[in-house]
Amino acid sequence: MRTINFTLNGEQVSAHVAEHQSIVEVLRDRFDLFGARESCAQGLCGCCTVLVDGTAVSGCLYLAAFADGKKVTTIEGLAQNGKLTPIQEAFLEAGAAQCGFCTPGFVLMAGQLLEAHPDPDDDEIRHYLSGNLCRCAAYPEIIAAVKLAAGRLRAGRT
Amino acid sequence: MRPARGHDGISVMATRTIGSGQVGRSVPRLEGAAKVTGRADYVHNLRLPKMLIGKIFRSTVAHGRIKSIDVSAAKALPGVYRVVTIDDIKAVIPHPFYGPAFHDQPILADGKVHYVGEPVAVVLATDPHIAEEAASLIEADYDELPAVFDEIEAMTSKAVVHDELKPAGTFPDLKHLKGKKDTNIALDFHLRRGDTKKAFAEAEHVFEHTFRSQQVLHVPLEPFVSVAELTETGLTIHTASQSPSFVRIEIARLLGWPENKVRVKVPYLGGGFGAKLYIKLEALVAALALLVQRPVKISLTMEEQFYTLTKHAATFRIKSAVKNGKVTGRDCEVWWNGGAYADIGPRITQKSGFTAPGPYDIENVSIDSYSLYTNLTPAGALRGFGIPQLVWAYESHTDMMARSLKLDPVDFRRNNILRDGRAQATGTAMKDAAIEAVLDRLALRMNMKAPFDRGTGTLKKGRGIAVGFKASISPTTSIAIVNIAADGSVTLYCSTVDMGQGSDTANAQFVAEILNVPAESVKVVHPDTDVTPYDMATLGSRSLYHMGNAVRLAAEDAKAKLAALAREVGVPEGSNVPVAELFQKKYKMQAGNIIGTGSYIPNYVPPDANGLTPDATPFWMVGGTGVEVEVDTETGHVKVTKMINVADVGRPVNPRIVETQLSGAATMQFGFTMQEKIEFDGGQITNASFADYKIPSIVDIPRTMQNEAVESEQGTGPFGAKGVGESGTFGVSPAIANAIEDACGVRLTELPLTAEKIYRALRTAQGKPLED
Ligand code: FES
Ligand code: FES
Repeated sequence: MRTINFTLNGEQVSAHVAEHQSIVEVLRDRFDLFGARESCAQGLCGCCTVLVDGTAVSGCLYLAAFADGKKVTTIEGLAQNGKLTPIQEAFLEAGAAQCGFCTPGFVLMAGQLLEAHPDPDDDEIRHYLSGNLCRCAAYPEIIAAVKLAAGRLRAGRT
Repeated sequence: MRPARGHDGISVMATRTIGSGQVGRSVPRLEGAAKVTGRADYVHNLRLPKMLIGKIFRSTVAHGRIKSIDVSAAKALPGVYRVVTIDDIKAVIPHPFYGPAFHDQPILADGKVHYVGEPVAVVLATDPHIAEEAASLIEADYDELPAVFDEIEAMTSKAVVHDELKPAGTFPDLKHLKGKKDTNIALDFHLRRGDTKKAFAEAEHVFEHTFRSQQVLHVPLEPFVSVAELTETGLTIHTASQSPSFVRIEIARLLGWPENKVRVKVPYLGGGFGAKLYIKLEALVAALALLVQRPVKISLTMEEQFYTLTKHAATFRIKSAVKNGKVTGRDCEVWWNGGAYADIGPRITQKSGFTAPGPYDIENVSIDSYSLYTNLTPAGALRGFGIPQLVWAYESHTDMMARSLKLDPVDFRRNNILRDGRAQATGTAMKDAAIEAVLDRLALRMNMKAPFDRGTGTLKKGRGIAVGFKASISPTTSIAIVNIAADGSVTLYCSTVDMGQGSDTANAQFVAEILNVPAESVKVVHPDTDVTPYDMATLGSRSLYHMGNAVRLAAEDAKAKLAALAREVGVPEGSNVPVAELFQKKYKMQAGNIIGTGSYIPNYVPPDANGLTPDATPFWMVGGTGVEVEVDTETGHVKVTKMINVADVGRPVNPRIVETQLSGAATMQFGFTMQEKIEFDGGQITNASFADYKIPSIVDIPRTMQNEAVESEQGTGPFGAKGVGESGTFGVSPAIANAIEDACGVRLTELPLTAEKIYRALRTAQGKPLED
C-alpha cells in the first residue's frame, strides 16, 4: 500500500492504494466517481476512459499508483456548475447515448479528437473512436454528435 | 432543439404528432443529461455497508459428476470470509432450482456439472481481489460423462444432459414433459395446416435447403451484476434485470415467502438485449445474503458473460413446393441448441417457431421445432427471440428459389406475400402487418428495378433484400400507475426497464399526451417491486405495446378522476382552471393525490393439438433490410457499402429513438452476420474476450445506413404504436448472403459470412477447392 497525491477534477486529493489497484477502482471505491466504469477490463472497449494529464487512458489498465502527482479528469469533471460542455450537449441532442454505459468514454475521446482535429471528416472520426465500443451501436448518432460539436466549437472560437 | 442529422446516411424520420403534440415528437431522452455526464445510476455504482463481494469458481468440464470440491486452500487465504457450495445453499433454500419454463437450473452445481463454466462454488470477501485469488485456489474433481454439443446429435445422442426433465408447474403445455427421462428434447412443437404431402406431390418444383446459425453473445457493456441485502422486512435485491417482477416471484417461490417480503429494484441497465432476463445472479446473491446475513454483490467479468447466456445456435431445414410461381407447401424443421439449461428456449421454440414459414401466404404448412439440451452455456432470448435465426433461413431459401426459377426476387416475394386478412401458418388472420409496404419501400429505396453496376475485375458488386416478421409473445400482462400531485406534477410508476431503448421517454410521452403536459415534465419511477406494479418483463419488443397500453389506461383513469374532482369542487367543464387550484379547492392547501391505474392483457387463444389458433398474437412486427456489397474475389473479403432498414413500427412515438433502435438492432445483427461466433473446443469456449470475440466497432459499420418506418397504424396499440427494438435485426443476415451470391455467385448457408468461407466457396466453384 502507498499514498498517492493527485489532482482530481481540479481538486487536490490523496488516496491510500494497493500496487495492483487500477485507477478506475480507486475512483469508484474512494471517490464515488462511477462515470469511468470497468467493462472488458482489458483495454479493449473504452468504457473506463479517463484523462491523465490531458491524455485519454484506459482506466482499467492504468494503475492508480501511476497517477501520483498527475492531473486526473473524469467525465464528472467536464460539466461545470451543471452546464454541459458543447460535446455533451451534442451527444444529448443527437441521441448518441442509448444505454449510456459507453457514453463517458466516447465523450472524453471525442474531446481528444476535436483537440487534434477541430474539423474532422468521417474517416478521422471513425479512426479516432475505433477503440471505443458501443454495443447499442449508437455509432451513426455518435458521428453526428461529434460533427455537431465540432461545428459549434469552431463557431465559438472564431 | 436542432436535429443532429445530415451526416452521411442518416435520414430524418418523418414526425407525425397528434393531439397534444407529445406522441410523435422526438423528445430527447429524459435521462440524457445523466448519461452524458456519467451520473446515470447503474447497479454497478452500488456499494452497501458491510457488503461482501462474491467470486465464482466454475466447472472446467462439460459434463460430469462432482466427486469432490476442495475449498481448503481458498478458505485458508487471509481475508476470505466464506466459501460456499450447494450444500450451504440448501440450508437456506432446500430446493434450489429455478427457471422460467423448467426448474432445471441449480443455484450452484448440485452433484453434476452440465457445461464448462457452470458455477460450482463462490468465495466471499470484502476485497474482490482476495475473493478472486481464493476462487482460483479451489479444486474440483469430476467423473466425466459423455457430452453432446450439437443440436442435431442431441436428438438421438446417448449422452443425455439431464437425468430427468423438470418443467415448471405453471405452464399447462409443458406438463406432459414432467419426469421424462433419456431425452434431450426439452420441448417439441408441431404445427400442421393443410396437406403438405399433396402440395409436394403436385408441385412443379421442390426446393430443400438447410441453414445454420452459430452461437453468439449479447455482451452488454455492463456485465451481469446483482446485490442482495437483508432488511427488517425481508430481502432487497438490486439487480441489472429486465424482469424485476419475475425475479420477485421466483425468489419468493424459492424461499417459500410471500411476494411482499422480496423487493427488487432496478436502476438503468447498461444494455440487456435479452440477456438479463429471468434469474441470472439474483438467486445466488439472495441465498448468499441469507446465509451470511450481510449484503452480497456479484459483478461478472466480461469473460464470465460467455458462461452465462448465449443466443441459440439453430439448424433449420426448409423445404418448399412451388407451382406457377406460388409457394404451395412448406415443411420446416428447426432444431434449437438450448445449452445446458432451458431458460426461455422452449418458449422460443414454440412462440417464434410458429412463424418459421415466413411472411408468405402458404396454404399447406408443417412445422417441427425442437428445443434441445446440450452441454454448452445455456441459450436464451437475444434481440429477436429466435426470429433472426428463422429469417436467415427462409429468406436465403426464398432468394435461392427465385434465382433458380429465374424470377425477380422482389416479384417472387410479392407474389407470395402474406397480406392483411389472410391466415398465417397458425390460422390467425393477419392484421396491421405492413409486410407488403415494407417490401415495396425496400425495393424502392434499393432501386431494385434499376440496372446495377456489377463491379469490375476482382471487385464484384451485388445487392440483396430480405423481409421478416415476428409475433409478440402472448399472453402477457402490464400494469401502470399514474400519480398527479397537488401541484399538478405527474409521476408514472411502472416496471418496464429502460436498458437503453428509451422506454422511460416513450412512456412519459404517452402520459404527457393524455394529460396535456410536456413529456419532459413527467417523472418515471424505476422498477421497484415495493412501489411499481407488476410487469411480465421488458422483452421481445412487448413493452411499448403492452406497458404503453397500461400507461395509456392509467393516464386516462387519472384524467377522468381529475374531471370528477373538478365537478366536485364546482368548476365548470372545459374551463381552464389549473390542476393545483382544484386540489387547493378540495383540500384547502397543497395536499392530496390523484391516482390512476391501468392494466393490460391482450386476448389470446392457446394453440390446439395441431398448433393452430385464431388468435396467436396481439401484434406483428415487420422488418426488412436491403444491402449492397462488394466482394473481393481474390480474398473473399466482403464490404457492405450500403444498408437500408425498413420496418413497420406502427406510429413512431419518438421518431429519433425509433431510428436509433432500427440502426442499433441492424448493427448488432450485422455483427452476428459478419464476424461474431463463439468458438468451442470440446465444450470449452476458446474466445471468451473482446480480444478474440469482436463486436462491431465504429469502423466496421456500413458507410451508408438508412432507416425508415413505413406509414402504418397498429389499431390496438397505444396511439397506433407497436414495438420496435428487434425489427431491425430480421432481414440483415439473409440480405447480405443474398447480395454475396448476387455479386460473386457463391451461396453460404452457415453464419457468420466470413472471408474465409467465401473464398473457399469461390475456389470450390472454380473447381479448385482449398484443402482444410
Ligand atoms: S474496461 Fe477498460 S477498456 Fe474496457
Ligand atoms: S449506448 Fe449502450 S453501449 Fe453505447
